Amino acid sequence: MNTFQLSWKNLRYKPLSTLLILVLFSLGVGLISLLLLVENQLRENFEKNLAGVNLVVGAKGSPLQLILSSMYHIDAPTGNINLKEARPFLNPKHPFIDQAIPISLGDNHKGYRLVGTSQDILKLYKAQVASGKVWERNFEVNIGASVAKELNMKIGDEFKSSHGFVDEVDMKHDHTQAFKVVGILAPTGSVIDQLLLTTTQSFWLVHEHGEEEHQEDEGEEDHEHEADHDHDADKGHSDEDHDHEKDKHSEHEHDDHDHEDGEHEHHDHEEHDHEGDEHHHEAALNAIPKPLFEENDSAEITSLLIKFKALNFQTLNMQRNINENTDLQAATPAIEIARLYTLMGTGEQVLRLLAAVIIFVAGLSIFISLYSSLKERKYELALMRVMGAAQTKLFFLLITEGLLLALMGFVIGTILSHLGMQLLASFMKDTYRYSFTAFQFLPQEWFLLIGGLLFGFIAAVIPAVQASRTDISETLTQG
Amino acid sequence: MLRTQGLNFVYPLGERLTFPDLRCNDGEHCLILGQSGSGKTTLLHLIAGLRTVQSGSIVLNDTKMSELSAGQLDRFRGRNIGIVFQLSHFVRSLTLEENLGLAQRLAGLPVNHSRISSILAQLNLTHKLRAKPDALSIGEQQRAAIARAVLNQPALILADEPTSALDDANTEQVIQLLQEQAASVNATLLIVTHDNRLKTRFEQQIQL
Repeated sequence: MNTFQLSWKNLRYKPLSTLLILVLFSLGVGLISLLLLVENQLRENFEKNLAGVNLVVGAKGSPLQLILSSMYHIDAPTGNINLKEARPFLNPKHPFIDQAIPISLGDNHKGYRLVGTSQDILKLYKAQVASGKVWERNFEVNIGASVAKELNMKIGDEFKSSHGFVDEVDMKHDHTQAFKVVGILAPTGSVIDQLLLTTTQSFWLVHEHGEEEHQEDEGEEDHEHEADHDHDADKGHSDEDHDHEKDKHSEHEHDDHDHEDGEHEHHDHEEHDHEGDEHHHEAALNAIPKPLFEENDSAEITSLLIKFKALNFQTLNMQRNINENTDLQAATPAIEIARLYTLMGTGEQVLRLLAAVIIFVAGLSIFISLYSSLKERKYELALMRVMGAAQTKLFFLLITEGLLLALMGFVIGTILSHLGMQLLASFMKDTYRYSFTAFQFLPQEWFLLIGGLLFGFIAAVIPAVQASRTDISETLTQG
Repeated sequence: MLRTQGLNFVYPLGERLTFPDLRCNDGEHCLILGQSGSGKTTLLHLIAGLRTVQSGSIVLNDTKMSELSAGQLDRFRGRNIGIVFQLSHFVRSLTLEENLGLAQRLAGLPVNHSRISSILAQLNLTHKLRAKPDALSIGEQQRAAIARAVLNQPALILADEPTSALDDANTEQVIQLLQEQAASVNATLLIVTHDNRLKTRFEQQIQL
């Protein structure tokens, strides 16, 4: 019967008092631990998803919303922007911009966001295709690792996207061509795991079709005709648009285009040669789309993720210039996320304070429980002295009881927090398409253990000193 | 062998007690009689090393107890002196068996289960081996206390009013057991009491 066992038996002898202390202690520890876990994983997620993006350009509105929707895919977009406005950033010869990745949002598949973008996004998030190939043509899709796992999707699977960001049956684009999975990405731990990626043009096609639903039959015929025409005319891109634009727009757009082509004649030529004739006789739906830079002015995208070649005076000014001189909005992810932390920080602090108060009360309850038990235990403490126990033995007996309570409280609290995290993870996954894990253990949890034990120790010191000072003779005489 | 010499005790309020010198040989049984307030319990606590000796000396088997350090005294007491109190106390969260095991451990001895079993069998307590102290009757508790006192085969067994809370039948049984058990380990037995029922059973009596 060593001190540890004796402490344990003493605690078990008063189950209700022990239970109360454990509930309080584990609540306090669990709350703090849960906060640490959530905060840590949020930060980890946020920082991983920053992915070196320097600037996000999109429609005017809340900059935080722009960042959250375009980079973290957890909010609705601020709106769309015309390609006319976005075109300067897409110029591959832009002196400052290393990468400008278009993002088109607005559709989902079973709650997972479908993103119209360019292949450059893979480089941004350091994503690689684990099986299959990178999407290339319209309606080809690469899916993130989590999407593949959660929806059990394989290469070759076809699906029709739904409008909006939540899975609703009646929002399905039933009359468009189905998307086809051609590649599955390896897990990256970033938000891309939760996305379905396709071409920007696929997005336009889906939505144009949606608007045209009632005239679909005619549209289908037009298709064939236009495709042939395309082949002859050797003017692929304008015809593609023509095909799917509402009729009332087509004339006007055609004009626009010619004008545009005139300006970029040289560039256009190269493209056409490169694409070659083989694609042009296929239905435009499955064509390899042109670079966005060459698409027509009125086409819309949601935003652009911009990575600078280097940070300098001009790039620093770019954000201000965009915000002041254009209809666009530019936001810096790092700044907006820092702002978000500050917002979260306040709530977090309140919760931490609450947790600290609970732990303090738990410590106090340890103290009260041990101290009040001294009175009823004084005979047995005196008896232990009679049987040969030194004063230090009684001191350590009480200390051990305090530490044992703290240790058990910590263990239960940690289990609770990780279970809570598991619960939260499934909830967050459904709501935000974010992956959290309950099985990550943080170095801070060791500090929490040390802190908890320290609390148990401090709470037990006074009762322990009292116990060791028990006057054997006095106590036994009273008995 | 127990010898005391010139023992005095001054209470905090100034009252002074002077005790007669004692001399008890190994295996000898002594009765110390005295009325309430005569300092019987104080004497017993002094001999047990539960109170600090202010003047005089106590020698048990060549060890001068008043010269031991606090820690040494605790260990010495646990190993060499068994005590039975008027009301027995146990560690309430432990079973009877565990309580006896604790007595061995606190005395610095290994836990000896066969010794515990045999002593409980002798005192007819085998069926209470795994009972908590609360579940024992007063008579059983007193027998259990005797078991604990003799468990470590001490040189000296002290009993402080061991029978005052017991009826005649239990008194008879407890005294008999105390004497038997003391004899079985050849310990000096010293009983302080004001219980006149015991006078007839002891030859050596000291009146305080």
